[in-house]
Amino acid sequence: MNQVIFEKSIPGRSAYSLPACDVPARKTEDLIPNQMLRANVAELPELSEVDVLRHFVGLSQKNYGVLSGIYPLGSCTMKYNPIVNERVAGLDGFTGTHPSMDCPGNLRLMGELQAMLAEITGMDAVTLQPAAGSHGEMTGLMIMKAYHEKRGEPQRTKILVPDSAHGTNPASVTMAGLQTVQIKSDLSGNVDLDDLRAHIDGQLAGLMLTNPNTLGLFEVNIQEIAALIHAAGGLLYYDGANQNAICGITRPGDMGFDVIHLNLHKTFSTPHGGGGPGSGPVGVKQALVPFLPVPTVVYDDGSYRFGGDNPDSIGKVRSFYGNFAIMVRAYAYIRSMGAQGLKAVSENAVLNANYLMAGLRDFMKIEYDRTCMHEFVASGLPQKEQGVSTLDIAKRMLDYNVHPPTVYFPLIVREAMMFEPTETESKQTLDALVETMQTILTEAAENPELVKTAPHNRPVGRLDELKAARKPVLTWDQRTP
Amino acid sequence: MPTSYIPNTKAEQDEMLAAIGVAAVEDLFADIPEAVRLRRDLNLPPARSEGELVAHMQALANENASGTCFAGGGIYDHFIPAAVSEIIGRQEFYSAYTPYQAEMSQGTLQTIFEYQTMICRLTGMDISNASLYDGATACVEAMLIAADVTRRNEIVLAGAIHPEYIAVIKTYARFRNLRITDEITDNCAAVIAQNPNYYGLLEDLETIGQAAKAKGALFIVSVDPISLGILETPAAFGADIVVGEGQALGNPMNFGGPGFGFFACKAAYMRKVPGRIVGETTDANGKRGFLLTLQAREQHIRREKAGSNICSNQALCALAATVYMSIMGKEGLRKVAELCLQKAHYLYDALLATGKFAPRFTAPFFKEFALTYTGGDIKTIYNTMRDNGMTPGIILPDNGLLIAVTEKRTKAEMDVYARSVR
Repeated sequence: MNQVIFEKSIPGRSAYSLPACDVPARKTEDLIPNQMLRANVAELPELSEVDVLRHFVGLSQKNYGVLSGIYPLGSCTMKYNPIVNERVAGLDGFTGTHPSMDCPGNLRLMGELQAMLAEITGMDAVTLQPAAGSHGEMTGLMIMKAYHEKRGEPQRTKILVPDSAHGTNPASVTMAGLQTVQIKSDLSGNVDLDDLRAHIDGQLAGLMLTNPNTLGLFEVNIQEIAALIHAAGGLLYYDGANQNAICGITRPGDMGFDVIHLNLHKTFSTPHGGGGPGSGPVGVKQALVPFLPVPTVVYDDGSYRFGGDNPDSIGKVRSFYGNFAIMVRAYAYIRSMGAQGLKAVSENAVLNANYLMAGLRDFMKIEYDRTCMHEFVASGLPQKEQGVSTLDIAKRMLDYNVHPPTVYFPLIVREAMMFEPTETESKQTLDALVETMQTILTEAAENPELVKTAPHNRPVGRLDELKAARKPVLTWDQRTP
Repeated sequence: MPTSYIPNTKAEQDEMLAAIGVAAVEDLFADIPEAVRLRRDLNLPPARSEGELVAHMQALANENASGTCFAGGGIYDHFIPAAVSEIIGRQEFYSAYTPYQAEMSQGTLQTIFEYQTMICRLTGMDISNASLYDGATACVEAMLIAADVTRRNEIVLAGAIHPEYIAVIKTYARFRNLRITDEITDNCAAVIAQNPNYYGLLEDLETIGQAAKAKGALFIVSVDPISLGILETPAAFGADIVVGEGQALGNPMNFGGPGFGFFACKAAYMRKVPGRIVGETTDANGKRGFLLTLQAREQHIRREKAGSNICSNQALCALAATVYMSIMGKEGLRKVAELCLQKAHYLYDALLATGKFAPRFTAPFFKEFALTYTGGDIKTIYNTMRDNGMTPGIILPDNGLLIAVTEKRTKAEMDVYARSVR
């Protein structure tokens, strides 16, 4: 029985343990005017501590994490989150710090992390303030807009975005008060240079690019693209979602990018938390440093401090300094890996992806016949034509206790299945995944109903999305009794 | 090179390369032009073993100030029950991705549904999303909805709003061509109030709300969720959107992040809500289940037409809050709020009794208050107390101090505080 917590509530039961009031108590009404006091107490559930723990432990068992099995979710880099990083992020000396306190250790950690991320990406300065990847995108785009305005070119408001881009890219463009212009991909999956040239004009603010792109392919023309954009007075923005393919091998700064964001919850191993908290640091080249959000951590006189009384700064994009506890984990990860370790991360991520692609190629449609980087896109189109969709295949994977790849993205590939195994998977788990996929595709051919009605052994069967959207029930109080 | 986090041995790597049909790993990177290749090692500190790493991190943590915390200003040192870390420490929760595959993510999805319900009951609103980055960006998202709904471009910040929130609001306003003004005109999209305000004082939400309504503006209220244990809901004063920083609900201070922004509103704005929302539905057998719903609002569907670009939010922090609110329950949260109220007033009186502080305001306050130090330079006493293991508050301009008292603070600590300033 999947009861929600309110259905387990028993009036008068409690789990809290609070101290007695050790100061002389005064009447609440003497301290706060009556009309400001709650007429009715907030109806939070009433359970014992055991009730609460059993409830949430039970729910955790209906979830799937990286330690439950392979999680080849493309573009999400679901790698192992080292346990020790959880441990050190939980040290009282970090968790107990208030943002107004004097914290030289925190400042040193942030300052060193800024410097390490700048080195890894080939940028000149980094801010750690953005709370997630798309927040970083928006911050970077605001910096680009402010740069053009400062140079007396406020008409530069056009951002070119490839059709293979993450949905956050165009959405972030809008958040920064800029306009998206979509650019086509060519037959090999790279940016179509002719289409790019056709869209360059005096309103160009810049180009947003993910490289390797969301098809898992490296933009072989990156130098030419950079030259085109720069010659036209535009800036190059790097979406670092796919940084896991290139650590120690190439750097966005060396490719010609002017602004980048990273997802610490992807390449730098911090856990995804079921949808955050993440962290989206932004790096810039020298010309854009004055526009960074404040404060950044600066180093002078042998110590780190908050600085940045910069009149050209875009200001703040989040309260305080960002998701500090996530920075602690990413810092610990980089300090564990070192330069050679990070390079091995990318080499093995790319090796694993190519190995998995080679294994699947025998019986699945692989969209681009090229070496891939850390991820690749397969298509369920042949199965779709037989009546079994990519969604069906993904749902059947749940029955085999395998997390499906990213499906129906990128949008330019029909029935897309985007696999990213990451470097932390072994040859054995990749072999097992190939075997599972082969079994499912055989089922799709021989017993399509089995696949079309999957999953069969999960806590719930396939859920009705239309019903949920047609008459939304978004809280327990909105349900029809 | 296998490391502890990279399993494949050299022999396995060679086998894999053979299966791919290339001679070396290097060949897999042939698409990257030579001119942009990094032909040196990254300049990073040497790799550390697990034991060395822990020692280094402990040393960094030890450099920080610590001790009894009377600082607040949006981030508070409330008690966190042990059950919270036990639950959010389960890898099925913390290492999972956004619950796109609903049937494999019922744990995350049901907890978000429960979270949404609790936030609505706390604030008195109809619907809630799954969380936003923080209290400041939650204000911003509410402001952008107001501008969209009203087709107006002026925003009024009523009373003492958190200065960090004002800074963030100003950044977004600049890029979205919104103006921060002082007067509620016919072009006002939203009036934003904070309660308790930055100085801990209770605002007259009823009057502010009526002024907003009179001009057809949306009324947005940013609240301290702990205060709602005893304070009337913003809904009762006509709020259209209620937002706030949720850190106080079961999350450590963590130098200001991560906490989470909560966002709740009237049902009328359902299709404008930013970020993830979980809804209830059924499977083919009629069994109840939960999934991400109303996704047509979001960036991965609407792209440049989406109302917000948010993707990752602060799900695990919202889960911590859900466990926290479940442990506290209806009676516990009220008691937490009551303890904060009583203790804050005790310290307020004790500090005034020293003769070294003067009051700044007369309005009623909840758990935080601002005083002016009259016994000398506030920085001197602040540094002395810090060196003795106590953060006395947040220094304000004009020799002021903003002091927060949570249920964790004891009479003994407060008596030490009062003696220290004498």
